[in-house]
Amino acid sequence: MSNFTLSDLLRLSKLSQIKLSEKELDKFSTQISEILNFISQLSNINTQEVSPQTHSTGRKNVFREDEVKPSLTQEEALKNAPATYKGFFKVRAIFTEETQK
Amino acid sequence: MEIEKIIIGLEVHVELKTASKMFCSCSADHFGKIPNTQTCPVCLGLPGALPVPNKKAVEWTILLGAALGGEIQKYSCFERKNYFYPDLPKGYQISQYRHPFILGGAIVLNSGKKIRIKRIHLEEDTGKLLHETVEQEKVSLIDFNRSGVPLVEIVSEPDINSSEEAKEYLEKIQKVVRYLDISSGDMEKGSMRCEPNVNLAISNSGRIFYTPIVELKNINSFRFVKKAIDFEVNRLFEEFQKNRIEKAKGNKQTRGWDDTRQITFPQREKEEENDYRYFPDPDIPPIEWTDEEISNFKKQASIFELPWDKKARFQSQYLLSASQAEILTEEKTLADFFEQCSKLGKEKKISPVEIANIIINKRSPAGLSPAQLIDWISHQKNSPSISEAQIDQLIIKYLSEHKEAVAGYKAGKVQALGVIVGLIKKETGIVVPIEKIAKFVDKI
Amino acid sequence: MINPNQLTLVELQQKIKSKEISPHELIQKTQDQIAKVDTEIFAYVSINERAKDQLTSLVSKGNDLPLLGIPMAVKDVLSTKGLKTTASSKILENYIPPYDATVVKKLKDAGAIVIGKTNCDSFAFGASTENSGFGITKNPWDQSRVAGGSSGGSAAAVAADECTFALGTDTGGSIRQPSSFCGVTGLKPTYGACSRFGLLAMASSFDCPGPIAKTVEDCRVIFNLMKGRDNQDATSYYKDYGAERKKEKIKIGLAKEFFSEGINEEVKKTVKKAASLLEENGFLIEEISLPHTQYAIATYYILVPSEISSNMARYDGIRFGKSREVLEDEVKRRIVLGTYSLSAGYYDEYYDKAARVRSLITKDYLEAFSKVDVILGPVSPTTAFKIGEKTKNPLEMYLADVLTSSANLAGIPGLALPCGFDEKGLPVGMQILGPHFSEDLLFFIGETYQNLTDWHKKKPNLGGKNGN
Repeated sequence: MSNFTLSDLLRLSKLSQIKLSEKELDKFSTQISEILNFISQLSNINTQEVSPQTHSTGRKNVFREDEVKPSLTQEEALKNAPATYKGFFKVRAIFTEETQK
Repeated sequence: MEIEKIIIGLEVHVELKTASKMFCSCSADHFGKIPNTQTCPVCLGLPGALPVPNKKAVEWTILLGAALGGEIQKYSCFERKNYFYPDLPKGYQISQYRHPFILGGAIVLNSGKKIRIKRIHLEEDTGKLLHETVEQEKVSLIDFNRSGVPLVEIVSEPDINSSEEAKEYLEKIQKVVRYLDISSGDMEKGSMRCEPNVNLAISNSGRIFYTPIVELKNINSFRFVKKAIDFEVNRLFEEFQKNRIEKAKGNKQTRGWDDTRQITFPQREKEEENDYRYFPDPDIPPIEWTDEEISNFKKQASIFELPWDKKARFQSQYLLSASQAEILTEEKTLADFFEQCSKLGKEKKISPVEIANIIINKRSPAGLSPAQLIDWISHQKNSPSISEAQIDQLIIKYLSEHKEAVAGYKAGKVQALGVIVGLIKKETGIVVPIEKIAKFVDKI
Repeated sequence: MINPNQLTLVELQQKIKSKEISPHELIQKTQDQIAKVDTEIFAYVSINERAKDQLTSLVSKGNDLPLLGIPMAVKDVLSTKGLKTTASSKILENYIPPYDATVVKKLKDAGAIVIGKTNCDSFAFGASTENSGFGITKNPWDQSRVAGGSSGGSAAAVAADECTFALGTDTGGSIRQPSSFCGVTGLKPTYGACSRFGLLAMASSFDCPGPIAKTVEDCRVIFNLMKGRDNQDATSYYKDYGAERKKEKIKIGLAKEFFSEGINEEVKKTVKKAASLLEENGFLIEEISLPHTQYAIATYYILVPSEISSNMARYDGIRFGKSREVLEDEVKRRIVLGTYSLSAGYYDEYYDKAARVRSLITKDYLEAFSKVDVILGPVSPTTAFKIGEKTKNPLEMYLADVLTSSANLAGIPGLALPCGFDEKGLPVGMQILGPHFSEDLLFFIGETYQNLTDWHKKKPNLGGKNGN
């Protein structure tokens, strides 16, 4: 049985960088709780004899030769960015507690 | 209260010098390139892009692991390490977690002490972040040329017990990857990076206490490794004396080395709980080797003689001293050169030790091939009657007979003295270095 | 008078080759139809302004191409170079990809013209197209009802003759269900048969791009141009069993779990009738069981959101797109749910467990296919529901995937085609599921059925305006 709490939701909101308003927190809390309850029925199934299916094609060892092909131009790469500066993508400073330059 | 033991584990990242990136065909040669000119939808993390693993990067990782005595894992897969950071375009790094390519292995230090390797795996590098002030605003600028470059991660067991041992371990890893020619292993350029994990065992009143573990970052030279670890050991000890906080789950700290201030300083933890939510990457089928493939990898690896094995062999096979062997095995190209010379020297009864001395002390002219060097040594030996003084006489004689050579040299053409070199060689069989002749001209 | 935009692909191929119809005329009529009906239907989120120019340039290069001038609608989760690709989400409102998805490129290389991008649930998360950030696509048969989802726009565009065919994607039923609701034909290919390169990933081990068209024959032509191994997608793979397939004594299995109480009576009856018709025409019918069907949705809704939560992490507003705050509700919900099932302490209980049940579901199908050649059943428990009917409770919407999601868990192909109408005049669809890489067998049965019936020839009455 799921005991999904508000603090769970807050932690997940932070981990997934999805900001939730008061209203959303409330709504999602209930909805996700319900979904998790529904999902918990899987615990009734005996899965000891099977291995997890993590890939769906049964294929293995798919590789690429080490060859260089043309890249995007700088212009193409930056085209959709909201903020750029002299060929770089630009974001507000990421702070670490240091004065390192 | 005193330090009972220094406990160090090293995480080393080595950038592989493949032509293309780990999961796409952009050039992996990113150092010093104009920003964001070597990217594509895949390494830029654009919607809809998919990764396809670089075969060579995988093979080199296996080779490295096998060469270091590790176990090639029959089954391995790539997993996603999920976290947010501006230099991580997909919001996850493709790495390995539960099933790395290699488990085990070891680096043996000069003292004979074995530093065990826990695991070796393959992952992709992130982009590069620069901190700047632009138009009075503090910003971070991102260049994704480095994003997706293949990175091998080598994790040691915490068997290292001093900063010297740590430095030696790193130097040996650098030697191996250069020997295998899979990486330039350059700490200053960032193609080799190191993160020591340090803590102390402190004895007090008959009991042992363990301090929290500290992970050190921003170390980009062998010197810094030693300094940072030494500093941190002292700091940890003082810290423990003050607050008696012991190692516990979740109190691992991250600190950066500041070479200007010569201290370590705390860095913000990436995530409070480091919940990376690893799961097998569904975009990349798993890897499973047949027994035959594994034995082929092992065979390939066995052809590579590790630098310290080569050094030991040089000592026993060529009767060299430890320091001679050390110098000659510093780089594989030099070691190979020495061995070729020794082989040729055998016929002319020139001993390896002689050859070693001449190479190490740079007594012979530069740029000779093994055959030429043996020739030169031969001539030296077969004309013992020619002393240094007699050579000097010859130089003076020919210089006076060939004023045009002197004039040419004085006009800036060093090679004009080559005619003198040729004449002396013709007469004595000895090749005199052009610099020696130049010195005579300068004295005139 | 039949307008060119009302014809099937195969019919158009013949008429264009014989010069009875010009490709320019076809594009014009298609665009006219869009102008006429799309303010009501809202199948398209954007129109390709350069379609005519691209056609002119294409025609000047010669006319050997198999799809020359055929107007194709592309679901807006497939990248189109130089053409806005939004995933029907506000976060990508202005995103223009620098590359084409492989399947789009292949069809463009074959001569198809992208007429526009179709509406869908944001990032394909949904089963009604009500989760779109830009508006709801109406069902052309009854505009108070949903067109289905997530490929609602694509299915509606085909049904309303606003294109000759469309591309959709099927992760849990998103091609088959809207095709069924809109009375058109759609194929969910075998996982891996069509490259995912350029498809905005929802759930990487489930997503399948595929065709939605007016007939099975059309789907076959399009699929054969789309399929194949792609070097840029490590999970893409195709194996052709065509020649080995038998054409007689084909056994069709009816899974009893697909005809349970939760399925609408009319739907069951209509599909059973289709089965009987096939039986009368040389096919063998046998009852089989897929015992783990009841667990399919729970399994699906652990694994899919888990993969979603990771796939959506790249939308951080740095290299493209807006900030994560503008993501639609259902997108946020699934990301949070997926983050939970992958997080420390829950991985074994949720993700790993579900991955094991997935193996059991795949096994169910493999065992069934050792007894029968294909499985036939309804696509959805109901016909098209009313707009707003299921949006209050997300779980209710999830439960509607019960008949389609197990095929995605197993990676097998499924062909959805119309088999009748209910009392309200709404289309009823059926699906034929087969083993991996059995598309040719599905096409054979589907084409046989469409030769015996004309459900697929019926057209919706679009407010009396489209004059058929």
